[in-house]
Amino acid sequence: MQYLALLLLFAVSYGFFYFGKNRALKIKFSNNARLASLPDYYGYFLVLIVLLPSLLIWFFLLIYKPTFEEMYVMTPTLFPDLANWSDSKLGLILNKITNLSLIVNIPEVDLMKGQLSLLNMSSESEKIAAKNLASFDSIYGWSVVVVFILLPIIIGLLVSRLINQKLNVQPLVEKIIINIIRLSSIIAILITFGIFFSLIFEAIKFFQFVNFMDFFFNTSWNPNRAWVISSAETVDKEVLKDAFGWIPLLTGTLLVGSVAMFVALPLGLASAIYLAEYASPKVRDIAKPIIEILAGIPTVVYGFFAALTLAPMLKQFGDSVGINISAESALAAGLAMGVMIIPFVSSLSDDVIRSVPNPLREGSYALGATKSETIKKVILPAALPGVMGSFLLAISRAIGETMIVVMAASLRANLTFNPLEPATTITTQIVTALIGDVEFTNPKTLVAFALGLTLFVMTLILNVIAVVIVRKYREKYE
Amino acid sequence: MVNIISTKNVNVHYGDKQAINNISLDFMKNKVTALIGPSGCGKSTFLRCLNRMNDVIEICKVEGQIYMNDTDIYSNEIEVEHLREKIGMVFQKPNPFPKSIFDNVAYGPRIHGFTDKKNEMDEIVVTALKKAGLFEEVKDRLDDLGTSLSGGQQQRLCIARAIAVKPEVILMDEPCSALDPIATSIIEELITELKESYTIIIVTHSMQQAARVSDKTAFFHLGNLIEEGDTTKIFTKPDNQKTNDYITGRFG
Repeated sequence: MQYLALLLLFAVSYGFFYFGKNRALKIKFSNNARLASLPDYYGYFLVLIVLLPSLLIWFFLLIYKPTFEEMYVMTPTLFPDLANWSDSKLGLILNKITNLSLIVNIPEVDLMKGQLSLLNMSSESEKIAAKNLASFDSIYGWSVVVVFILLPIIIGLLVSRLINQKLNVQPLVEKIIINIIRLSSIIAILITFGIFFSLIFEAIKFFQFVNFMDFFFNTSWNPNRAWVISSAETVDKEVLKDAFGWIPLLTGTLLVGSVAMFVALPLGLASAIYLAEYASPKVRDIAKPIIEILAGIPTVVYGFFAALTLAPMLKQFGDSVGINISAESALAAGLAMGVMIIPFVSSLSDDVIRSVPNPLREGSYALGATKSETIKKVILPAALPGVMGSFLLAISRAIGETMIVVMAASLRANLTFNPLEPATTITTQIVTALIGDVEFTNPKTLVAFALGLTLFVMTLILNVIAVVIVRKYREKYE
Repeated sequence: MVNIISTKNVNVHYGDKQAINNISLDFMKNKVTALIGPSGCGKSTFLRCLNRMNDVIEICKVEGQIYMNDTDIYSNEIEVEHLREKIGMVFQKPNPFPKSIFDNVAYGPRIHGFTDKKNEMDEIVVTALKKAGLFEEVKDRLDDLGTSLSGGQQQRLCIARAIAVKPEVILMDEPCSALDPIATSIIEELITELKESYTIIIVTHSMQQAARVSDKTAFFHLGNLIEEGDTTKIFTKPDNQKTNDYITGRFG
């Protein structure tokens, strides 16, 4: 109902665009006058005037509907001891009344058994409240219709009378639109900051349990020790000294990430060179989207590919040549992750290589260089910064990747640089920290935020470096 | 005089479009030949046939005979890399590699394996830079990026780069069109010096430039060779009415 009304509102405002524009044009031609603004702007003007108040009111109603309902229904006249109720009791009763309001106006013969028993269980005042709520809801429904249909039409018609040749609406319209756009970007920025600060505040809570230095420099990771902890005041930080050592997670992350880069760098770069320099346009048009499909495969699919196909294959292969490869080896997770980020490397590098100006190629050919010499000695060095940037973006993507390592990597923290052994990563541990049944005030859970913060900072730094490098590279040719 | 390059019945097609119509033109050794004509007349296309730069363009098809020192440059026995060692090229926009000045000049000699000794390579680079009249300006900063030079210096660097592979012919495709008048006059002076040791074929849209630097001039129009001959003759009493119209500025 509401959404239908919203749709209608847009239809009405669309109509007002032509209404406003035609009105302006009529004034222009009948008075043979010059309009202060371009005709379209009178249309935009009416659209904004019609849309904005209705949307604002609707938004307001949407947010405050529950509050209004409560104010309207839970009156002391009906429930004399209302002031003494606890929040949970209030919620329960309100819920009951809400259910009741759906059936209270239906004749008893049409009710089903469950609904009848609900009706019989309710007190008289609850029934009255439910009737009030039902009437409130119908009023609310009508007010929405008014807000969406009548109000816009009335406002639109009234304001359209203001249109005359001297009314310069252009600055106003542009100002409003600029502010809407600005608001959108501000919202995005605020959300970023919101996430960042929520990470920081929760991480601070974590560091009330665990020493800063213990977290960053200890090499043992046993978060289960934190189960015995109940509150921050009584905690002895020495107890958790060896529980939350970050180092094994970092090395695990770097290990899996390096395996991934060992796969993605050569394959990605080679395919980028092929696509950019050798492939005919036809081949390129087909091959590039196919490679980019790799990026579109859900990471959970890579995850079970790594866990169920790749890892057993590796283990079997290891057994056949006499090497012990763990079923949860960093290698399997890294390989799958590497395949996932190939398109990042190849697609970005391809763009970078292709943006090396053609005169450089011709200059090299004209000196008698072959194509491969030109690529090796002129194009790749010229494209190097951009290619580096694409590598860094791919790395930061790899260390933030979660699903593959959750499924394929180990949960056991293991300080090793051998990819055949199991290793765990920061992201895996964040997931395991949060899916347990431990309370949110326990350091075992809170550590997720500290880990998230470290991950955030790591990828942020990588991204900044990558962006700086890529930008520097762009300047060189512009 | 000896012809170093001679062309016969050259036709060039870009896809369905014919860009060069049956042109036959000879170039004399150690002379500067200018190719002039209005935009789109095919003079650059023709120039790029001479070192087979059109090979890179897929849709471009070259027919006819082009001989350099009596060898067919389009024959299968000719390595295009070897040909381009003999025929250097300088482009419209200076295109130094994003490497040091030294490495820019040493690029060709290294590729063709002229020497593996450091001091000999230094010698080659310095000689080339001197011949291009750039050495005095850059001798203290050979390690700077070639792209950090001014436009005119960059173009002379590109000329030095071409000279370093010891070509017999240097093709120049409007080498001054991206330069200011002072840089242009320096390059023009350089061209007249270079013709002592090289054959130069220069495409230019500036008739004054053709008159100043060239010994021979060929006038192209709509893919046809209208007239060719000594520069003095072309610019004073051309045989063809179209040539006359063009050099007197009536079209183009």
